Amino acid sequence: MKSYVIIGNGTASAACVEGIRSVDREGGITVVSGENHHVYSRPLISYLLEGKTDTERMKYRGDSFYADNGCDLVYARAVALNPGKKRVTLDTGEELPYDEVCVATGSRPFVPPIEGLDTVDRKFGFMTLDDALALREALTKESRVLIVGAGLIGLKCAEGIRDLAGSITVCDLADRVLSSILDPECAGIVQKHLEANGLHFMLGDTAVRFECNVALMKSGKRVEFDVLVLAVGVRAETGLVKDAGGEVGRGIVTDGRMRSSLPSVFAAGDCAEGFDSSTGSNRVLAILPNAYMQGFTAGVNMAGGDRALTNAIPMNSIGFFGLHVMTAGAYGGEMTEERSESGLRRFFTGEDRLLGFILIGETGRAGIYTSLIREKTPLSSIDFELMKKSASNMIYSAQIRRNKFGGVV
Amino acid sequence: MKRIYVNEEWCLGCHLCEYNCAFANSGMSDMVSALKGKKIFPRIHVEGDDRITLAVSCRHCTDPICQKSCIAGAISKKDGVVKIDRTKCVGCLTCVLVCPYGALVPGENGTMQKCELCLENSCGEPACVRGCPNRAIVYEERGGAE
Repeated sequence: MKSYVIIGNGTASAACVEGIRSVDREGGITVVSGENHHVYSRPLISYLLEGKTDTERMKYRGDSFYADNGCDLVYARAVALNPGKKRVTLDTGEELPYDEVCVATGSRPFVPPIEGLDTVDRKFGFMTLDDALALREALTKESRVLIVGAGLIGLKCAEGIRDLAGSITVCDLADRVLSSILDPECAGIVQKHLEANGLHFMLGDTAVRFECNVALMKSGKRVEFDVLVLAVGVRAETGLVKDAGGEVGRGIVTDGRMRSSLPSVFAAGDCAEGFDSSTGSNRVLAILPNAYMQGFTAGVNMAGGDRALTNAIPMNSIGFFGLHVMTAGAYGGEMTEERSESGLRRFFTGEDRLLGFILIGETGRAGIYTSLIREKTPLSSIDFELMKKSASNMIYSAQIRRNKFGGVV
Repeated sequence: MKRIYVNEEWCLGCHLCEYNCAFANSGMSDMVSALKGKKIFPRIHVEGDDRITLAVSCRHCTDPICQKSCIAGAISKKDGVVKIDRTKCVGCLTCVLVCPYGALVPGENGTMQKCELCLENSCGEPACVRGCPNRAIVYEERGGAE
Protein backbone atom coordinates (compact mmCIF):
# COMPACT_ATOMS: atom_id res chain seq x y z
CA MET A 1 0.00 0.00 0.00
CA LYS A 2 1.38 3.37 -1.01
CA SER A 3 1.59 6.33 1.29
CA TYR A 4 1.10 9.81 -0.05
CA VAL A 5 1.92 13.20 1.41
CA ILE A 6 0.43 16.41 0.06
CA ILE A 7 2.06 19.62 1.28
CA GLY A 8 -0.55 22.37 1.21
CA ASN A 9 -4.29 22.45 1.75
CA GLY A 10 -5.74 24.57 -1.02
CA THR A 11 -7.45 23.73 -4.29
CA ALA A 12 -4.52 21.85 -5.83
CA SER A 13 -4.24 19.76 -2.68
CA ALA A 14 -7.95 18.84 -2.62
CA ALA A 15 -7.75 18.03 -6.31
CA CYS A 16 -4.70 15.87 -5.69
CA VAL A 17 -6.64 13.91 -3.08
CA GLU A 18 -9.46 13.40 -5.59
CA GLY A 19 -6.96 12.45 -8.30
CA ILE A 20 -5.29 9.85 -6.07
CA ARG A 21 -8.64 8.42 -5.01
CA SER A 22 -9.79 8.09 -8.63
CA VAL A 23 -7.06 5.44 -8.95
CA ASP A 24 -6.17 4.19 -5.46
CA ARG A 25 -8.84 3.79 -2.75
CA GLU A 26 -6.46 2.21 -0.25
CA GLY A 27 -3.21 4.15 0.14
CA GLY A 28 -2.80 6.49 3.08
CA ILE A 29 -2.86 10.22 2.41
CA THR A 30 -1.48 12.87 4.76
CA VAL A 31 -2.36 16.48 4.02
CA VAL A 32 -0.08 19.07 5.61
CA SER A 33 -1.89 22.36 6.12
CA GLY A 34 0.02 25.51 7.02
CA GLU A 35 -3.21 27.39 7.61
CA ASN A 36 -5.42 26.37 10.53
CA HIS A 37 -8.49 25.94 8.37
CA HIS A 38 -10.50 23.28 6.60
CA VAL A 39 -9.85 23.59 2.84
CA TYR A 40 -11.54 26.80 1.69
CA SER A 41 -12.03 28.62 -1.59
CA ARG A 42 -9.26 31.18 -1.55
CA PRO A 43 -10.72 33.47 -4.25
CA LEU A 44 -13.84 33.86 -2.11
CA ILE A 45 -12.17 35.98 0.57
CA SER A 46 -13.31 39.17 -1.15
CA TYR A 47 -16.87 37.81 -1.40
CA LEU A 48 -16.70 37.06 2.31
CA LEU A 49 -16.00 40.71 3.11
CA GLU A 50 -18.71 41.75 0.67
CA GLY A 51 -21.16 39.55 2.55
CA LYS A 52 -21.86 37.23 -0.38
CA THR A 53 -20.62 34.15 1.45
CA ASP A 54 -19.54 33.10 4.93
CA THR A 55 -16.81 30.91 6.36
CA GLU A 56 -19.13 27.91 6.38
CA ARG A 57 -20.24 28.17 2.75
CA MET A 58 -16.76 29.02 1.50
CA LYS A 59 -15.45 25.61 2.48
CA TYR A 60 -14.16 24.24 -0.81
CA ARG A 61 -15.21 20.72 0.13
CA GLY A 62 -17.64 19.48 2.78
CA ASP A 63 -16.79 18.86 6.43
CA SER A 64 -16.33 15.13 5.86
CA PHE A 65 -13.92 15.59 2.94
CA TYR A 66 -10.80 14.31 4.69
CA ALA A 67 -12.60 11.47 6.44
CA ASP A 68 -14.45 10.42 3.29
CA ASN A 69 -11.15 10.25 1.43
CA GLY A 70 -9.18 8.55 4.18
CA CYS A 71 -6.86 11.52 4.73
CA ASP A 72 -4.96 12.52 7.83
CA LEU A 73 -4.94 16.29 8.11
CA VAL A 74 -1.93 17.72 9.94
CA TYR A 75 -1.82 21.40 10.85
CA ALA A 76 1.86 22.20 10.51
CA ARG A 77 4.37 23.70 8.14
CA ALA A 78 6.71 21.59 6.08
CA VAL A 79 10.25 22.88 6.51
CA ALA A 80 12.29 20.39 4.50
CA LEU A 81 11.92 17.81 1.79
CA ASN A 82 14.36 14.93 1.54
CA PRO A 83 13.81 13.11 -1.75
CA GLY A 84 16.65 10.66 -1.01
CA LYS A 85 15.10 9.38 2.20
CA LYS A 86 11.57 10.17 0.96
CA ARG A 87 10.67 12.19 4.00
CA VAL A 88 9.04 15.52 4.71
CA THR A 89 10.14 17.33 7.87
CA LEU A 90 7.55 19.45 9.66
CA ASP A 91 8.11 22.48 11.88
CA THR A 92 6.93 20.33 14.77
CA GLY A 93 10.01 18.17 14.26
CA GLU A 94 7.92 15.28 13.01
CA GLU A 95 9.07 13.44 9.88
CA LEU A 96 6.55 12.08 7.42
CA PRO A 97 7.70 9.21 5.19
CA TYR A 98 6.16 9.00 1.73
CA ASP A 99 6.20 6.98 -1.45
CA GLU A 100 4.93 9.92 -3.50
CA VAL A 101 4.68 13.55 -2.46
CA CYS A 102 2.89 16.51 -4.02
CA VAL A 103 4.07 20.02 -3.28
CA ALA A 104 1.01 22.27 -3.42
CA THR A 105 2.30 25.15 -1.36
CA GLY A 106 0.76 27.96 -3.41
CA SER A 107 2.25 31.41 -3.35
CA ARG A 108 3.02 34.14 -0.88
CA PRO A 109 2.58 37.87 -1.26
CA PHE A 110 5.54 39.78 -2.57
CA VAL A 111 6.23 42.60 -0.13
CA PRO A 112 8.33 45.27 -1.80
CA PRO A 113 11.12 46.75 0.29
CA ILE A 114 9.52 50.17 0.73
CA GLU A 115 11.23 52.48 3.19
CA GLY A 116 9.27 53.05 6.37
CA LEU A 117 6.88 50.13 5.86
CA ASP A 118 7.63 49.08 9.43
CA THR A 119 6.23 52.39 10.70
CA VAL A 120 2.77 51.54 9.31
CA ASP A 121 0.52 50.27 12.05
CA ARG A 122 -2.35 48.71 10.19
CA LYS A 123 -1.08 46.92 7.08
CA PHE A 124 -2.47 43.79 5.52
CA GLY A 125 -1.94 41.33 2.72
CA PHE A 126 -4.95 39.85 0.90
CA MET A 127 -4.14 36.22 0.24
CA THR A 128 -5.65 34.16 3.03
CA LEU A 129 -8.82 33.83 5.05
CA ASP A 130 -6.92 35.12 8.08
CA ASP A 131 -5.80 38.17 6.08
CA ALA A 132 -9.41 38.89 5.17
CA LEU A 133 -10.71 38.45 8.70
CA ALA A 134 -7.97 40.68 10.12
CA LEU A 135 -8.65 43.35 7.51
CA ARG A 136 -12.37 43.30 8.27
CA GLU A 137 -11.58 43.72 11.94
CA ALA A 138 -9.44 46.79 11.25
CA LEU A 139 -11.96 48.63 9.06
CA THR A 140 -14.52 51.19 10.12
CA LYS A 141 -16.92 53.22 8.00
CA GLU A 142 -14.47 56.10 8.32
CA SER A 143 -11.33 54.20 7.29
CA ARG A 144 -9.28 55.70 4.51
CA VAL A 145 -7.81 52.69 2.75
CA LEU A 146 -4.78 52.70 0.48
CA ILE A 147 -4.36 49.61 -1.66
CA VAL A 148 -0.99 49.18 -3.35
CA GLY A 149 -1.60 47.12 -6.48
CA ALA A 150 -4.39 47.41 -9.08
CA GLY A 151 -4.26 43.77 -10.16
CA LEU A 152 -6.82 41.03 -9.59
CA ILE A 153 -6.09 40.76 -5.86
CA GLY A 154 -6.02 44.48 -5.12
CA LEU A 155 -9.19 45.22 -7.05
CA LYS A 156 -11.19 42.29 -5.68
CA CYS A 157 -10.12 43.45 -2.24
CA ALA A 158 -11.34 46.97 -3.06
CA GLU A 159 -14.70 45.65 -4.20
CA GLY A 160 -15.00 43.47 -1.13
CA ILE A 161 -14.37 46.25 1.37
CA ARG A 162 -16.02 49.20 -0.35
CA ASP A 163 -19.05 49.19 1.92
CA LEU A 164 -16.94 48.58 5.01
CA ALA A 165 -14.60 51.53 4.49
CA GLY A 166 -14.83 55.29 4.14
CA SER A 167 -12.69 55.78 1.06
CA ILE A 168 -10.50 53.56 -1.08
CA THR A 169 -7.52 54.66 -3.13
CA VAL A 170 -5.73 52.17 -5.33
CA CYS A 171 -2.26 52.90 -6.67
CA ASP A 172 -0.13 50.92 -9.08
CA LEU A 173 3.14 51.54 -10.81
CA ALA A 174 1.51 50.23 -14.01
CA ASP A 175 -0.34 52.84 -16.02
CA ARG A 176 -3.58 50.86 -15.96
CA VAL A 177 -5.71 48.51 -13.90
CA LEU A 178 -5.49 44.72 -14.38
CA SER A 179 -2.39 45.17 -16.52
CA SER A 180 -1.69 41.43 -16.58
CA ILE A 181 -4.97 40.61 -18.36
CA LEU A 182 -6.26 43.77 -20.06
CA ASP A 183 -4.94 46.00 -22.82
CA PRO A 184 -4.97 49.78 -22.18
CA GLU A 185 -8.35 50.51 -23.75
CA CYS A 186 -10.16 47.66 -22.01
CA ALA A 187 -8.47 48.60 -18.75
CA GLY A 188 -9.79 52.12 -19.21
CA ILE A 189 -13.38 50.86 -19.50
CA VAL A 190 -13.05 48.80 -16.33
CA GLN A 191 -11.35 51.66 -14.46
CA LYS A 192 -14.19 54.03 -15.36
CA HIS A 193 -16.69 51.53 -13.98
CA LEU A 194 -14.68 51.12 -10.79
CA GLU A 195 -14.46 54.90 -10.36
CA ALA A 196 -18.21 55.19 -10.87
CA ASN A 197 -18.49 52.77 -7.96
CA GLY A 198 -16.45 54.91 -5.65
CA LEU A 199 -12.83 53.82 -6.05
CA HIS A 200 -10.04 56.36 -6.55
CA PHE A 201 -6.97 55.55 -8.61
CA MET A 202 -3.39 56.75 -8.72
CA LEU A 203 -1.89 54.93 -11.68
CA GLY A 204 1.67 55.11 -12.90
CA ASP A 205 2.39 56.02 -9.32
CA THR A 206 3.22 54.11 -6.18
CA ALA A 207 4.32 54.55 -2.61
CA VAL A 208 8.07 54.98 -2.26
CA ARG A 209 8.15 55.79 1.45
CA PHE A 210 5.85 55.50 4.42
CA GLU A 211 5.78 57.69 7.49
CA CYS A 212 3.25 56.05 9.81
CA ASN A 213 -0.08 56.97 8.21
CA VAL A 214 1.28 58.84 5.23
CA ALA A 215 2.43 57.40 1.93
CA LEU A 216 4.89 59.48 -0.04
CA MET A 217 4.32 58.73 -3.66
CA LYS A 218 6.73 58.53 -6.56
CA SER A 219 4.95 61.54 -8.08
CA GLY A 220 5.68 63.57 -4.97
CA LYS A 221 2.07 63.42 -3.76
CA ARG A 222 1.20 62.56 -0.17
CA VAL A 223 -1.59 60.14 0.65
CA GLU A 224 -2.96 59.91 4.16
CA PHE A 225 -4.51 56.60 5.08
CA ASP A 226 -5.72 54.59 8.05
CA VAL A 227 -5.38 51.10 6.61
CA LEU A 228 -2.84 49.84 4.09
CA VAL A 229 -3.33 46.79 1.87
CA LEU A 230 -0.34 45.41 0.00
CA ALA A 231 -1.34 43.59 -3.17
CA VAL A 232 1.70 44.16 -5.31
CA GLY A 233 2.08 40.62 -6.52
CA VAL A 234 2.84 37.09 -5.47
CA ARG A 235 5.77 34.73 -5.58
CA ALA A 236 5.48 30.98 -5.99
CA GLU A 237 6.34 29.10 -2.82
CA THR A 238 9.15 26.97 -4.24
CA GLY A 239 11.58 26.78 -1.33
CA LEU A 240 11.10 23.12 -0.36
CA VAL A 241 11.90 21.85 -3.84
CA LYS A 242 14.66 24.36 -4.47
CA ASP A 243 16.41 23.52 -1.19
CA ALA A 244 16.16 19.82 -2.05
CA GLY A 245 18.00 20.46 -5.32
CA GLY A 246 14.99 20.42 -7.63
CA GLU A 247 14.67 22.58 -10.71
CA VAL A 248 12.91 25.85 -10.03
CA GLY A 249 12.20 28.84 -12.26
CA ARG A 250 9.45 31.27 -11.37
CA GLY A 251 7.72 28.19 -10.07
CA ILE A 252 8.60 24.55 -9.53
CA VAL A 253 9.39 23.16 -12.98
CA THR A 254 7.09 20.29 -13.95
CA ASP A 255 6.45 18.06 -16.91
CA GLY A 256 2.99 17.49 -18.40
CA ARG A 257 2.27 14.91 -15.70
CA MET A 258 3.15 17.38 -12.92
CA ARG A 259 6.38 15.60 -12.01
CA SER A 260 9.11 17.87 -10.70
CA SER A 261 12.76 17.16 -11.53
CA LEU A 262 13.04 15.21 -8.24
CA PRO A 263 12.01 11.54 -8.14
CA SER A 264 8.53 10.90 -6.69
CA VAL A 265 8.05 14.62 -6.10
CA PHE A 266 5.11 16.25 -7.90
CA ALA A 267 4.04 19.87 -7.82
CA ALA A 268 0.70 21.53 -8.58
CA GLY A 269 -1.08 24.84 -8.33
CA ASP A 270 0.30 28.35 -7.87
CA CYS A 271 3.73 27.04 -6.77
CA ALA A 272 4.27 25.19 -10.06
CA GLU A 273 5.21 26.07 -13.59
CA GLY A 274 3.14 24.14 -16.10
CA PHE A 275 2.64 24.08 -19.83
CA ASP A 276 0.59 26.97 -21.27
CA SER A 277 -0.76 25.68 -24.56
CA SER A 278 -1.75 29.17 -25.70
CA THR A 279 1.89 30.28 -25.81
CA GLY A 280 3.59 26.88 -26.05
CA SER A 281 5.82 27.60 -23.09
CA ASN A 282 6.01 26.79 -19.41
CA ARG A 283 4.81 29.37 -16.91
CA VAL A 284 3.04 29.76 -13.61
CA LEU A 285 -0.68 29.81 -14.40
CA ALA A 286 -1.91 31.01 -11.05
CA ILE A 287 -5.63 30.51 -11.54
CA LEU A 288 -7.96 28.23 -9.66
CA PRO A 289 -9.11 26.00 -12.55
CA ASN A 290 -5.50 25.31 -13.36
CA ALA A 291 -4.71 24.50 -9.73
CA TYR A 292 -7.48 21.92 -9.77
CA MET A 293 -6.45 20.37 -13.07
CA GLN A 294 -2.79 20.22 -12.09
CA GLY A 295 -3.58 18.79 -8.67
CA PHE A 296 -5.88 16.15 -10.09
CA THR A 297 -3.33 15.25 -12.77
CA ALA A 298 -0.59 14.95 -10.16
CA GLY A 299 -2.79 12.73 -8.00
CA VAL A 300 -3.63 10.32 -10.80
CA ASN A 301 0.04 9.94 -11.73
CA MET A 302 1.17 9.62 -8.09
CA ALA A 303 -1.22 6.70 -7.72
CA GLY A 304 0.14 4.92 -10.76
CA GLY A 305 -2.37 6.13 -13.32
CA ASP A 306 -1.41 8.00 -16.44
CA ARG A 307 -2.80 11.43 -17.13
CA ALA A 308 -1.28 14.42 -18.90
CA LEU A 309 -2.37 18.04 -18.81
CA THR A 310 -1.81 19.42 -22.29
CA ASN A 311 -4.39 22.12 -22.90
CA ALA A 312 -4.10 24.50 -19.96
CA ILE A 313 -4.43 28.17 -20.86
CA PRO A 314 -4.64 31.38 -18.86
CA MET A 315 -8.25 32.41 -18.35
CA ASN A 316 -10.12 34.63 -15.94
CA SER A 317 -13.72 35.41 -15.20
CA ILE A 318 -13.87 38.35 -12.90
CA GLY A 319 -16.66 40.72 -11.97
CA PHE A 320 -16.60 44.12 -10.28
CA PHE A 321 -19.78 45.79 -9.05
CA GLY A 322 -21.88 43.93 -11.61
CA LEU A 323 -19.58 44.33 -14.61
CA HIS A 324 -18.23 40.98 -15.78
CA VAL A 325 -14.93 40.64 -17.56
CA MET A 326 -13.64 37.45 -19.13
CA THR A 327 -10.26 36.89 -20.71
CA ALA A 328 -8.48 33.85 -22.09
CA GLY A 329 -5.44 32.79 -24.07
CA ALA A 330 -2.84 35.08 -25.59
CA TYR A 331 -3.29 38.47 -27.22
CA GLY A 332 -1.12 38.05 -30.30
CA GLY A 333 -2.03 37.95 -33.98
CA GLU A 334 -4.78 40.03 -35.48
CA MET A 335 -7.41 41.77 -33.35
CA THR A 336 -11.07 41.89 -34.27
CA GLU A 337 -13.45 43.95 -32.21
CA GLU A 338 -17.20 43.88 -31.73
CA ARG A 339 -18.92 46.64 -29.77
CA SER A 340 -22.51 46.94 -28.65
CA GLU A 341 -24.59 48.83 -26.12
CA SER A 342 -23.85 46.28 -23.46
CA GLY A 343 -20.19 45.67 -24.00
CA LEU A 344 -17.05 45.07 -25.95
CA ARG A 345 -15.49 41.86 -27.22
CA ARG A 346 -12.03 41.50 -28.68
CA PHE A 347 -10.80 38.41 -30.47
CA PHE A 348 -7.18 37.67 -31.25
CA THR A 349 -6.60 35.33 -34.18
CA GLY A 350 -3.67 33.93 -36.09
CA GLU A 351 -2.75 30.88 -38.16
CA ASP A 352 -6.41 29.91 -38.52
CA ARG A 353 -6.88 29.73 -34.76
CA LEU A 354 -8.54 31.77 -32.03
CA LEU A 355 -5.60 32.71 -29.81
CA GLY A 356 -7.31 34.76 -27.13
CA PHE A 357 -10.17 37.07 -26.23
CA ILE A 358 -11.25 39.87 -23.93
CA LEU A 359 -14.97 40.20 -23.19
CA ILE A 360 -16.34 43.10 -21.19
CA GLY A 361 -20.02 43.17 -20.29
CA GLU A 362 -21.01 40.57 -22.86
CA THR A 363 -19.92 37.26 -21.51
CA GLY A 364 -22.75 34.84 -22.28
CA ARG A 365 -21.68 31.33 -23.36
CA ALA A 366 -18.04 32.43 -23.45
CA GLY A 367 -17.00 28.81 -22.90
CA ILE A 368 -17.64 28.19 -26.57
CA TYR A 369 -14.85 30.66 -27.34
CA THR A 370 -12.59 29.24 -24.63
CA SER A 371 -12.97 25.77 -26.05
CA LEU A 372 -11.93 27.00 -29.51
CA ILE A 373 -8.65 28.13 -27.94
CA ARG A 374 -8.15 25.02 -25.84
CA GLU A 375 -8.97 22.64 -28.67
CA LYS A 376 -7.06 24.70 -31.26
CA THR A 377 -10.09 24.46 -33.55
CA PRO A 378 -9.29 25.65 -37.10
CA LEU A 379 -11.35 28.80 -37.70
CA SER A 380 -11.88 27.68 -41.29
CA SER A 381 -13.93 24.78 -39.91
CA ILE A 382 -16.45 27.07 -38.16
CA ASP A 383 -18.57 30.08 -39.07
CA PHE A 384 -16.17 32.76 -37.85
CA GLU A 385 -18.41 35.69 -38.84
CA LEU A 386 -21.21 34.25 -36.72
CA MET A 387 -18.76 33.55 -33.91
CA LYS A 388 -17.87 37.23 -33.72
CA LYS A 389 -21.53 38.19 -33.43
CA SER A 390 -22.36 35.79 -30.63
CA ALA A 391 -21.15 32.69 -28.87
CA SER A 392 -23.38 29.91 -30.17
CA ASN A 393 -23.24 26.30 -31.22
CA MET A 394 -24.49 27.41 -34.64
CA ILE A 395 -20.85 28.22 -35.50
CA TYR A 396 -20.28 24.48 -35.93
CA SER A 397 -21.33 22.22 -38.78
CA ALA A 398 -24.44 20.07 -38.30
CA GLN A 399 -22.20 17.01 -38.04
CA ILE A 400 -20.14 18.47 -35.20
CA ARG A 401 -23.31 19.56 -33.40
CA ARG A 402 -24.63 16.00 -33.78
CA ASN A 403 -21.52 14.66 -32.08
CA LYS A 404 -21.69 17.22 -29.30
CA PHE A 405 -25.38 16.93 -28.50
CA GLY A 406 -26.19 13.41 -29.62
CA GLY A 407 -23.42 11.50 -27.87
CA VAL A 408 -21.73 11.03 -24.52
CA VAL A 409 -19.17 13.79 -24.00
CA MET B 1 -26.33 6.59 -17.38
CA LYS B 2 -29.32 8.24 -18.97
CA ARG B 3 -28.68 11.69 -20.37
CA ILE B 4 -30.52 14.26 -22.42
CA TYR B 5 -29.83 14.20 -26.15
CA VAL B 6 -31.21 16.48 -28.82
CA ASN B 7 -31.89 16.05 -32.50
CA GLU B 8 -31.92 19.42 -34.24
CA GLU B 9 -33.64 17.98 -37.32
CA TRP B 10 -36.74 17.34 -35.25
CA CYS B 11 -36.63 20.54 -33.20
CA LEU B 12 -39.52 22.87 -34.06
CA GLY B 13 -38.01 25.84 -32.22
CA CYS B 14 -41.20 26.14 -30.15
CA HIS B 15 -39.36 26.90 -26.87
CA LEU B 16 -41.79 24.71 -24.90
CA CYS B 17 -38.80 23.03 -23.26
CA GLU B 18 -37.75 26.35 -21.75
CA TYR B 19 -41.20 26.90 -20.23
CA ASN B 20 -41.48 23.35 -18.96
CA CYS B 21 -38.01 23.64 -17.43
CA ALA B 22 -38.78 26.93 -15.71
CA PHE B 23 -42.05 25.54 -14.37
CA ALA B 24 -40.55 22.25 -13.15
CA ASN B 25 -37.93 24.20 -11.21
CA SER B 26 -40.29 26.88 -9.90
CA GLY B 27 -41.48 24.85 -6.94
CA MET B 28 -45.04 25.88 -7.76
CA SER B 29 -47.95 23.63 -8.62
CA ASP B 30 -49.69 25.83 -11.17
CA MET B 31 -47.97 26.68 -14.44
CA VAL B 32 -49.88 29.89 -15.03
CA SER B 33 -49.02 31.46 -11.70
CA ALA B 34 -45.45 30.17 -11.99
CA LEU B 35 -44.74 31.70 -15.39
CA LYS B 36 -47.36 34.14 -16.59
CA GLY B 37 -46.07 37.67 -17.00
CA LYS B 38 -42.67 36.76 -15.58
CA LYS B 39 -39.22 36.67 -17.13
CA ILE B 40 -38.28 33.02 -17.08
CA PHE B 41 -34.88 31.60 -16.22
CA PRO B 42 -34.83 28.11 -17.73
CA ARG B 43 -31.84 25.76 -17.62
CA ILE B 44 -32.29 24.77 -21.25
CA HIS B 45 -32.09 27.25 -24.12
CA VAL B 46 -33.13 27.02 -27.73
CA GLU B 47 -30.40 28.29 -30.02
CA GLY B 48 -30.44 28.83 -33.73
CA ASP B 49 -31.88 30.83 -36.56
CA ASP B 50 -34.96 30.52 -38.76
CA ARG B 51 -33.62 27.33 -40.37
CA ILE B 52 -32.04 25.31 -37.59
CA THR B 53 -32.90 25.20 -33.91
CA LEU B 54 -31.41 23.19 -31.09
CA ALA B 55 -32.14 22.97 -27.37
CA VAL B 56 -28.95 23.18 -25.30
CA SER B 57 -28.68 22.08 -21.69
CA CYS B 58 -25.96 20.56 -19.50
CA ARG B 59 -24.30 17.54 -21.14
CA HIS B 60 -23.37 16.01 -17.78
CA CYS B 61 -19.86 15.49 -19.14
CA THR B 62 -17.88 12.45 -18.07
CA ASP B 63 -15.03 14.84 -17.15
CA PRO B 64 -16.82 18.11 -16.32
CA ILE B 65 -14.55 21.12 -16.63
CA CYS B 66 -17.09 23.32 -14.81
CA GLN B 67 -16.70 21.22 -11.69
CA LYS B 68 -12.92 21.49 -11.87
CA SER B 69 -13.02 25.22 -12.49
CA CYS B 70 -15.61 26.34 -9.94
CA ILE B 71 -13.82 28.74 -7.61
CA ALA B 72 -16.34 28.12 -4.84
CA GLY B 73 -16.33 24.33 -4.94
CA ALA B 74 -20.06 24.64 -5.60
CA ILE B 75 -20.23 22.19 -8.51
CA SER B 76 -20.05 18.47 -7.84
CA LYS B 77 -20.78 15.26 -9.66
CA LYS B 78 -22.67 12.43 -8.07
CA ASP B 79 -23.87 9.27 -9.79
CA GLY B 80 -23.09 10.92 -13.12
CA VAL B 81 -25.21 14.01 -12.46
CA VAL B 82 -23.40 17.36 -12.39
CA LYS B 83 -25.00 19.53 -9.72
CA ILE B 84 -24.55 23.00 -8.32
CA ASP B 85 -24.99 24.11 -4.74
CA ARG B 86 -26.49 27.54 -5.29
CA THR B 87 -25.89 28.59 -1.70
CA LYS B 88 -22.14 28.32 -2.30
CA CYS B 89 -22.11 30.00 -5.74
CA VAL B 90 -20.98 33.64 -5.71
CA GLY B 91 -21.83 34.30 -9.37
CA CYS B 92 -18.27 34.68 -10.68
CA LEU B 93 -19.27 32.98 -13.96
CA THR B 94 -16.08 30.94 -14.28
CA CYS B 95 -18.28 27.96 -15.24
CA VAL B 96 -19.72 30.06 -18.09
CA LEU B 97 -16.15 30.82 -19.17
CA VAL B 98 -15.26 27.13 -19.42
CA CYS B 99 -18.38 25.22 -20.51
CA PRO B 100 -17.60 24.21 -24.11
CA TYR B 101 -21.31 23.82 -24.88
CA GLY B 102 -22.46 27.21 -23.68
CA ALA B 103 -24.93 25.31 -21.54
CA LEU B 104 -24.73 27.41 -18.39
CA VAL B 105 -26.72 30.59 -17.88
CA PRO B 106 -27.13 32.48 -14.59
CA GLY B 107 -30.41 32.40 -12.72
CA GLU B 108 -32.58 35.21 -11.49
CA ASN B 109 -30.34 36.34 -8.63
CA GLY B 110 -27.06 36.20 -10.54
CA THR B 111 -25.94 32.89 -9.08
CA MET B 112 -25.68 29.92 -11.37
CA GLN B 113 -28.27 27.25 -11.89
CA LYS B 114 -28.06 24.26 -14.16
CA CYS B 115 -29.92 21.27 -15.49
CA GLU B 116 -29.95 18.51 -12.88
CA LEU B 117 -32.23 16.30 -14.97
CA CYS B 118 -35.31 17.17 -12.83
CA LEU B 119 -34.38 14.25 -10.58
CA GLU B 120 -35.02 16.21 -7.42
CA ASN B 121 -37.88 18.48 -8.38
CA SER B 122 -41.59 17.72 -8.59
CA CYS B 123 -41.29 16.50 -12.19
CA GLY B 124 -38.96 13.62 -11.30
CA GLU B 125 -37.83 13.18 -14.91
CA PRO B 126 -36.60 15.81 -17.38
CA ALA B 127 -39.55 18.14 -17.99
CA CYS B 128 -38.06 19.35 -21.28
CA VAL B 129 -38.16 15.79 -22.59
CA ARG B 130 -41.63 15.02 -21.30
CA GLY B 131 -43.07 18.12 -22.89
CA CYS B 132 -41.26 18.06 -26.23
CA PRO B 133 -43.99 17.73 -28.88
CA ASN B 134 -41.74 16.23 -31.53
CA ARG B 135 -39.38 14.03 -29.54
CA ALA B 136 -36.47 16.28 -30.48
CA ILE B 137 -35.24 15.98 -26.90
CA VAL B 138 -34.87 12.49 -25.47
CA TYR B 139 -33.63 11.04 -22.18
CA GLU B 140 -31.89 7.72 -22.70
CA GLU B 141 -28.75 5.59 -22.46
CA ARG B 142 -26.33 6.12 -25.32
CA GLY B 143 -22.68 5.38 -25.89
CA GLY B 144 -20.63 2.53 -24.55
CA ALA B 145 -19.14 1.86 -21.16
CA GLU B 146 -18.25 4.84 -18.96
